[in-house]
Amino acid sequence: MSFLANIFARRQQSSSVAKDRLQILLAHERSAGGESGESDLIRQLHKEIMEVIARHVAVDQDKVQIKVDRGSGCSMLEIDVEVPQELSGKRTS
Amino acid sequence: MSKVLVVTSGKGGVGKTTSTAALGAALAQSGQNVVVVDFDVGLRNLDLVMGAERRVVFDLINVVQGDARLSQALIRDKRCETLSILPASQTRDKDALTSEGVARVMDELREKFDWVICDSPAGIERGAQLAMYHADMAVIVTNPEVSSVRDSDRIIGLLDSKTKKAEQGEKVDKHLLLTRYDPARAARKEMLSVEDVLEILSIPLLGIVPESEDVLKSSNVGAPVTLAAPTSLPARAYFEAARRLSGEKLEVSVPVEKRGFLDWLFKRDA
Ligand SMILES: Nc1ncnc2c1ncn2[C@@H]1O[C@H](COP(=O)(O)OP(=O)(O)OP(=O)(O)O)[C@@H](O)[C@H]1O
Ligand SMILES: [Mg+2]
Repeated sequence: MSFLANIFARRQQSSSVAKDRLQILLAHERSAGGESGESDLIRQLHKEIMEVIARHVAVDQDKVQIKVDRGSGCSMLEIDVEVPQELSGKRTS
Repeated sequence: MSKVLVVTSGKGGVGKTTSTAALGAALAQSGQNVVVVDFDVGLRNLDLVMGAERRVVFDLINVVQGDARLSQALIRDKRCETLSILPASQTRDKDALTSEGVARVMDELREKFDWVICDSPAGIERGAQLAMYHADMAVIVTNPEVSSVRDSDRIIGLLDSKTKKAEQGEKVDKHLLLTRYDPARAARKEMLSVEDVLEILSIPLLGIVPESEDVLKSSNVGAPVTLAAPTSLPARAYFEAARRLSGEKLEVSVPVEKRGFLDWLFKRDA
């Protein structure tokens, strides 16, 4: 591209970024009983996954991190559980 | 010593959420640990302005009700690691925010952060009063027009009577932030001047944030203006305001654009 074209090339307009963000957000807020439906699902998944883990390991609730990333079409749910030292020690020895 | 700061106004739409995000980010960019807390239950927007809307799992009410740990509800900013956000609930009942629950969460936040910045809902009712109750400091966001100044005066009255500090016979440290200021209209005397507003409200001036398209562009992309456009006039005003909040003595000036030919040539729309 020429020097001039480079100078006058524009980054993606901020309004189109705004539109994309809103479309993703609103799709989630409107689906499956709205945003509260979605958070209820996450809470349920979290609870049941933790029950399974608790059968094997004593976990501290403060050492459990839950993250979501809502995308277009799908979301990522990430649950990080810090496994206590003694247990990971036993495994390696 | 951690500080609880409420960003409030009485009148709606004057720039509280914009200012919470920008001041919070500016303080965090200077290396201090900052959390911004959305008190606008039912109409949360701080998550959108900060670009965290896709990552909200739990909110303030979940923490107040014990459904989630504070650490699980806090969302750390992707661009600035000393900045976190605690979102408001979008759907739950406002009355779920009990004063005892809020008090407990505020204590916990004070332990973790240098600054706890509360974005107040508009109005003077319960929501606004809960947001200000624990404040050590207040930023009163005011636009240079009559109804905004009048509402700011009422909010100042509440800060002096309905806060924990007031109940203990102390004072909340109050600062005026004049936003959406248009120097051209002020010059034509179509808008209340800075001096007029200061004379009427008689609280110290924290800064003057000009009306600017950079604010809108930043909220479009989901970033506080101090992160998205750090050299813009509104960002500079917020950076200076943040330094004043941290105790620096800086003269407040009316922001004016100094644009050279190169700036013009390379200025691109975002
Ligand atoms: N300095 C500025 N220049 C241009 N636009 C601005 C400026 N400050 C705020 N705005 C715009 O004004 C509108 C209201 O701002 P904001 O949401 O921050 O106000 P608020 O006081 O939080 O409103 P509410 O009372 O509804 O919570 C937004 O569209 C925002 O982009
Ligand atoms: Mg707001």
